[in-house]
Amino acid sequence: MITQKDVKYIASLSRINLKEQEVGRLTKNLEAILHYIEKLKKVDVSQVQPTSHVFPLNNVFREDVVQPSLHQDKAIKISQNHHQGSFKVPKVIE
Amino acid sequence: MTSSIGQKFETVIGLEVHLQLNTKTKIFCGCANLFGAEPNSLTCPVCLGLPGTLPVLNKAALLSAIKVALALNCSVNPRVKFDRKNYYYPDLPKGYQISQYDLPIAEHGFVMIPVPEGTKKINVKRAHLEEDAGKLVHDMVAHSSLVDYNRTGTPLIEIVTEPDLRSSQEAYDYLNILKLTLQYLNVSDCDMEKGSLRCDANISLREKGSTQLGTKTELKNLNSFRAVKASLEFEVHRQEQLLLAGERIVQETRLWNDEKQMTLSMRSKEEAHDYRYFPEPDLVPFTIDQATIEKVRESLPELPAAKFDRLRKQYQLSDYDAGIIIQDQTIADFFEKCTQHSQEIKKICNWIIGPLLQEINSRKTGLAELSLKPQDLTTLIQRVEEGVLSNLSAKEVFALMVETGQTPDAIIKDKGLAQVSDDSALEGIVQSVIGENQSVVEQIKQGKDSAIGFLVGQAMKKSQGKGNPKKFGELIKRRLQDG
Repeated sequence: MITQKDVKYIASLSRINLKEQEVGRLTKNLEAILHYIEKLKKVDVSQVQPTSHVFPLNNVFREDVVQPSLHQDKAIKISQNHHQGSFKVPKVIE
Repeated sequence: MTSSIGQKFETVIGLEVHLQLNTKTKIFCGCANLFGAEPNSLTCPVCLGLPGTLPVLNKAALLSAIKVALALNCSVNPRVKFDRKNYYYPDLPKGYQISQYDLPIAEHGFVMIPVPEGTKKINVKRAHLEEDAGKLVHDMVAHSSLVDYNRTGTPLIEIVTEPDLRSSQEAYDYLNILKLTLQYLNVSDCDMEKGSLRCDANISLREKGSTQLGTKTELKNLNSFRAVKASLEFEVHRQEQLLLAGERIVQETRLWNDEKQMTLSMRSKEEAHDYRYFPEPDLVPFTIDQATIEKVRESLPELPAAKFDRLRKQYQLSDYDAGIIIQDQTIADFFEKCTQHSQEIKKICNWIIGPLLQEINSRKTGLAELSLKPQDLTTLIQRVEEGVLSNLSAKEVFALMVETGQTPDAIIKDKGLAQVSDDSALEGIVQSVIGENQSVVEQIKQGKDSAIGFLVGQAMKKSQGKGNPKKFGELIKRRLQDG
């Protein structure tokens, strides 16, 4: 069972602002998804290798070789708020 | 030491150390892994977390992590994966940190620390790889924080102990041994001032004899090992006072304030530790085979504890001497090279621990930066043994050797520092010293032998330090007996 309170909490962790009616709709949607997960949990997987990735791939590495970085002005221009080469955000500590 | 804590409670401490690896590039992209560059000059779409980019693991970071794992006596997991740790903070451009949750690189290791009764095993719970976050600056612009993403994606290894430490001193000793071991591995510069080595501490108290853990606080902002020790001592006292007053400990993060020498509650909104870990879908899992592990194991240098034991046995060094020599790998190597040129082990050791370390410390440099060759130090020691140099002149020659890289013999010749031991050259000086100090001579004749030292001093002065003091002593005694 997922409650509207759970949905509001998860939304706040994800910094998503939900309207009241969205909370109601999402609670129903998530409830259905969780119901399906419950169904999946009943499948016997004792003979199946655990999967953490869908591709049958392993050990994809990069060698430790330096590649060019973006220029500072190009990097900071992806944000509207910057100051002397740094990104500027609302103050995060008192 | 637990002297500050009463008989009622036991201190329980666990430490988390974050170590920045010194790979050439970041953990998941090819940006250079460098400290001190212009802000946001070492970033790319991957480490800025732009949509559509994909991380790819740096092989060198994984190998360094295996190195650390083996040095800390951990078992390396044959299968590892990465997970997302989700939280919002401006230093984390993706909104999550790529870390490891249930399949870390390494588990179940240990570090031995010295305790009054001998040694004690501190268990290492796990060590895992993750990416560092960016750097925030809060005081530059009003109502704003500034963000530099150069550090974002720096490879980190987090080393977590079990709650096995029982005092601030044990915590301090563990950190020193851990740091030395990591320095030997050459996987990081371990510089706390640059933030390449960082430490958080968890501390709780419990009644003696209890096996349950008490409520802990997490201490952050520990900028030196001294700060770790001081903050733990403060926290032991604070928690003890609360418990004795019948109050409860609040589980919270506390920041160490170095000026006030106290921990203060962080009271942050970010305290909800709900990270919603899940497997990182952008990285495939990794298998670490036995051959790779063995190859890394073979590449490990002799570690500090083993070196300490070997130096003591092989060269009969005292615990004190061996303990100092192993604090720096290059010093230990230098010591051993010196012993290939000379049998005067104790003298070599004294010269290294004394004058050499003084030169290194006062110049704030390393041995590698000084142009000092092992055979030059052993030649210097030999010249003192032969009576060519007085101990005092030897120190002067040594300073010049370090300064110029010249051989001791060249310096002795250049500066005319060779001791004069030739009787005829010294006789004249002895004669005039005796002539000028008749009252002292009378005292000696009446049995005050210690006054001979004064005459030797005068003779040394006259010879401008070049006379052999032993020889002066002999000549003075002989002359007084004759006369």
